Amino acid sequence: MRRERSLNMALMAVLLVFPLWAWSADEPFLITLSTRAVIFAIAGVGLNFALGLGGLVSLGHAAFFGIGGYAMGILAYHAQTYTPLMEWPLLIEGSKAMPVIWGVAIMASGLAALGIGALSLRTTGVYFIMITLAFAQMFYFFTISWPSYGGEDGLSIYVRNGLFGLNTMDPITFYAISYGWLVVVLFVVSRAARAPFGLALSAARQNAARVQAVGQVPYRLYLGAFTISGAITGLAGALFADLNRFVSPTMFSWQTSGEIMVFVILGGVGRVFGPVAGAALFILLEHLLGGVSEFWLVYLGAILLGVVLFARGGLYGLIAGREVAHD
Amino acid sequence: MTEPILKVERLSKAFGALEASRDIWLDLRPGEIHALIGPNGAGKSTLIQQIAGGLAPDRGRVLFDGRDVTALSTAARARLGLGRTFQISSLAMEYTVLQNAVLGALGRRGGVFRFFRPVMRDAALLKAARAALEQVGLAGVERVRTAELSHGQRRQLEVAVALTLRPRAFLMDEPMAGLGAEGTRAMTAFLRRLKTQAPILLVEHDMDAVFALADRISVLVYGGIIASGSVQEVRGDPEVRRAYLGEEGAP
Repeated sequence: MRRERSLNMALMAVLLVFPLWAWSADEPFLITLSTRAVIFAIAGVGLNFALGLGGLVSLGHAAFFGIGGYAMGILAYHAQTYTPLMEWPLLIEGSKAMPVIWGVAIMASGLAALGIGALSLRTTGVYFIMITLAFAQMFYFFTISWPSYGGEDGLSIYVRNGLFGLNTMDPITFYAISYGWLVVVLFVVSRAARAPFGLALSAARQNAARVQAVGQVPYRLYLGAFTISGAITGLAGALFADLNRFVSPTMFSWQTSGEIMVFVILGGVGRVFGPVAGAALFILLEHLLGGVSEFWLVYLGAILLGVVLFARGGLYGLIAGREVAHD
Repeated sequence: MTEPILKVERLSKAFGALEASRDIWLDLRPGEIHALIGPNGAGKSTLIQQIAGGLAPDRGRVLFDGRDVTALSTAARARLGLGRTFQISSLAMEYTVLQNAVLGALGRRGGVFRFFRPVMRDAALLKAARAALEQVGLAGVERVRTAELSHGQRRQLEVAVALTLRPRAFLMDEPMAGLGAEGTRAMTAFLRRLKTQAPILLVEHDMDAVFALADRISVLVYGGIIASGSVQEVRGDPEVRRAYLGEEGAP
């Protein structure tokens, strides 16, 4: 427990110091790389809430990542073209304000997760994996064939969205915003994990019959977890789109779902900070191995296989030891 | 006579051609232990499942505290005060003993959709959980992971979690299973005290324990109850001797 806590601290410190160093060394690319890691970490923390705590193996979190991305893309697109999003029955304008975009991204992806979860959670095991995958693929093909917002080519946004008049185009500013969100999300999730909800949810994963026998309904717990999980991943999607100033159907692709799951598995399923380590490691490997060979994913695959076979707890399992039930 | 807390009326359940429960009438009155015995495959588990809410009967109804609960879910019945222990220990194995008991107390209190205050610092829940652990004699191991408990301790914890619900009636599926002589004696003594708190519908294979504990016994054979009455009546019933007890040698 103490080791896990020091690892958490070390991880967050590295994610704070490294970009600052890159900033002083005038290496904007490394700052952008760190921003990607932090945003992926948020997406992973979101998935881990459902996967690690609730045991819900969702292969469809790209749906929420993409909805968050398109929430940003659509709002910003209407704002930059000065066309309203909707005129009837009420006038809705686009927006370039980050708080508005975040709010919409969180609400939209949370609602989508509520709907998708309500249907998918009637199944379990492999069927659940397949149904969540199918929902994400529906969004993927829908956006491809939706010409109003760029179809297959996606949507470009000229200028990054605004927050309190800050210069968000400055990489270190946008990094600070993303890092701030990661801290908030980690705080919320670790509180929830120790709250009554977390106790009951994790118990439902361990033994659903036990939870029923004490008068609670596992389905409701799963649905709550899936909704929160989707909303967090949606927020990450909005940040990711803002980072690239671009959204495309790729955000909805099943590879995206797989990558988010890789962050969780690499870092350590069920550890609140696990996906942060996983995403950072993923970006690091992508950067280092990508320089060696364009087939770097082969090496990543080998590493992932090693983790699954020999280090079931991921990076956290290796370094911090077995998880201890917290009081 | 006092009104029964639990009443099973004309319950029937068939799986294809197999009649797992056939026109079963059963009740549980305050202060008693009502034992349900029968050979393997007689339909005891199916009956318990229908009473607990895990399985819907084809016909008949289950009344709890005068209320028809046949259509209610397992969780809803548990909230009404039906405390259940399982044949195979059914606990959150990664959790500590105390966490399992707190889960029970939380289930009773409600309000699981709370996301902020740490549940293991909730004084009221801890108090209820510790009282239940105290009662079954697990107070000393509250910080031990459930997976590391002995089989007997898991059975005790199972009962403790049911206790945190402050049930109006217990439904116990083979609480003595695998306990050994010493454990069975301790559990027998414990259940004898517990029945004054809430009556127990007891499914049990250990005949010595059943005869020592039960106020009434019902014998289930091939999905039907062939005899029901006091220990003396059931032991003396020729049909029971033939159908069931005779197989294991007369008691």
